[in-house]
Amino acid sequence: MKTNDMNQPVVHAIFIVLAALCVIPFLLLFMSSISSESSIVNNGYSFWPKEFSLEAYTYLWSQKLAMFNSYGVTILITVIGTFVGLLISALLAYPLSRQDLPIRGILSFIVFFTLLFNGGLVPTYLIYTEVFHMKNTLMALIVPGLLTNGFFILLIRTFFANSIPVQIIESAYIDGASEFKIFYRMVLPLSLPILATIGLMLTINYWNDWFNGLVYITEPQLFSIQNLLNRMLSNIQFLQQNNLGGQNMAVNLPMNGVRMAMAVVGILPLILIYPFFQKYFVKGLTIGAVK
Amino acid sequence: MTRTGWALTFKKLKRYRALFLMMVPGLAYLIMNNYLPMFGVIIAFKDINYAKGILGSDWIGFKNFEYLFTTKDALVITRNTILYNGSFIVLNTVFAIGVAILLNEVRSKFAARLYQSVILLPFLISMVIVGYLVLSMLSAESGYLNLNLLPMLGIEPISWYFEPKYWPYILTIVQLWKGTGYLCVIFLAAIIGIDNEYYEAATIDGASKWHQIRSITVPLIAPTITIMTLLAIGRIFYSDFGLFYQVPLNSGPLQPVTDVIDTYVYRGLMTLGDIGMSSAAGLYQSVVGFVLVLLSNYIVAKRSKENALF
Repeated sequence: MKTNDMNQPVVHAIFIVLAALCVIPFLLLFMSSISSESSIVNNGYSFWPKEFSLEAYTYLWSQKLAMFNSYGVTILITVIGTFVGLLISALLAYPLSRQDLPIRGILSFIVFFTLLFNGGLVPTYLIYTEVFHMKNTLMALIVPGLLTNGFFILLIRTFFANSIPVQIIESAYIDGASEFKIFYRMVLPLSLPILATIGLMLTINYWNDWFNGLVYITEPQLFSIQNLLNRMLSNIQFLQQNNLGGQNMAVNLPMNGVRMAMAVVGILPLILIYPFFQKYFVKGLTIGAVK
Repeated sequence: MTRTGWALTFKKLKRYRALFLMMVPGLAYLIMNNYLPMFGVIIAFKDINYAKGILGSDWIGFKNFEYLFTTKDALVITRNTILYNGSFIVLNTVFAIGVAILLNEVRSKFAARLYQSVILLPFLISMVIVGYLVLSMLSAESGYLNLNLLPMLGIEPISWYFEPKYWPYILTIVQLWKGTGYLCVIFLAAIIGIDNEYYEAATIDGASKWHQIRSITVPLIAPTITIMTLLAIGRIFYSDFGLFYQVPLNSGPLQPVTDVIDTYVYRGLMTLGDIGMSSAAGLYQSVVGFVLVLLSNYIVAKRSKENALF
């Protein structure tokens, strides 16, 4: 029985307004990217340009080498980072989920303490650059994001402990299966939901990461798509100055539009596939909050 | 230990060596990424000289902290950090609860899912993209506000990126726009978990919708609200670096109102090369942050053991 509902048209009206507020900035970005440069110069960015034009995209296409390069970097670090991050998280979480593991308490605390205290940017930066010499390497874009801290490990450990019956593990061990075999033949297949969820969160983190690039990368060849966007946000001429695309263009560049077109190119893949993963995204957010 | 005791330990080690081996990469990573920097906080007490190395640099005690706290900077960044994050906590919570309750009232499953996806969209994208979205609105020479909206209202164009007085509002709106969706999802999950019988009984007793929200929904999700708020208070010393760095485009004139501890540490390290000051501010953040996390968790644990971190 579900009586006494709120007035549905009113509720829908409120949500249409809220949804519009969320979408409108994206719409302005997109419309600006298909405006002609002269209409941006004369009338600014607008929701309905005086004159439509694809000149910004044409220019970006002429600089495609730089963009493909950045996309390549982003895809590479996202794939490697997600895979390796997931692997070492699961490998660390599984033994910690075993009640019979010696010194389990101490080891769990070592993982857990990283959530409470961190050294901060300066020591981290000096250790990555001065000790491990990762400045201007792809490693700098991958390594800092692998675990960040022990949070995901604790989530996976809880899942292992709650959803994998100890009896299965024990009987497999008695039957002579090695611990590694038990891990990848039984534990991993039984844990696909949590691994998929954490994997998705890692993927989004890597795809969106601009901070590591900002701190550790100065070579334009190693810029991820986010770093390229980041540089073009503060320096509109960046693509042109660094001549990343190979050829030099005429002086009259559609820079105001290019900037926006670049941002559209940067978010498009994520927005296009968002409907397909949004369910798992929501799940990932909620398990993170209520452990 | 007796002979058999040793034998037992040895047997145990052999029994578990595969499990220990599995943990090696993860633990090694945490040592490198998390524990080394924790010990690295000693730089705050040193006069860093690259030629001498981190360990070889001279100890100078609390000098870096003395400098930091005699400048106006420490006060400004602490004030900004706490005021911004404090108001974000209040506004986000109130707003997210409201939206979550409303979302739960949408009867069409399809519409509810669609609304939730759209409201969560800003949370999905990176702060760099948010920087672009804000720029398309506020850019001085081609922004939507200056060239289209303000002329329509008969207001003179404003140099947004040079006028500090607007930024507390701009940053708050941007933060609310980006962050509400996340909290809303959390609260909605809690609301969905409420047993329908409460509402049925209330309806039979003739309670109005508003009355039901006040007397059933809010009290029953109160534990979640408390936990989320306390966790946020525990992190009040840490800001969203992207919000305060990307969105104002790192503009100098705006710094008095956009500078928080995180941006101060970053600028000290990367642009000013003032490692002493920067590491002192960083350690100040880590230590106060640590105390706040412990404190808030202590309160959470007192209220409900299972929601505490430890």
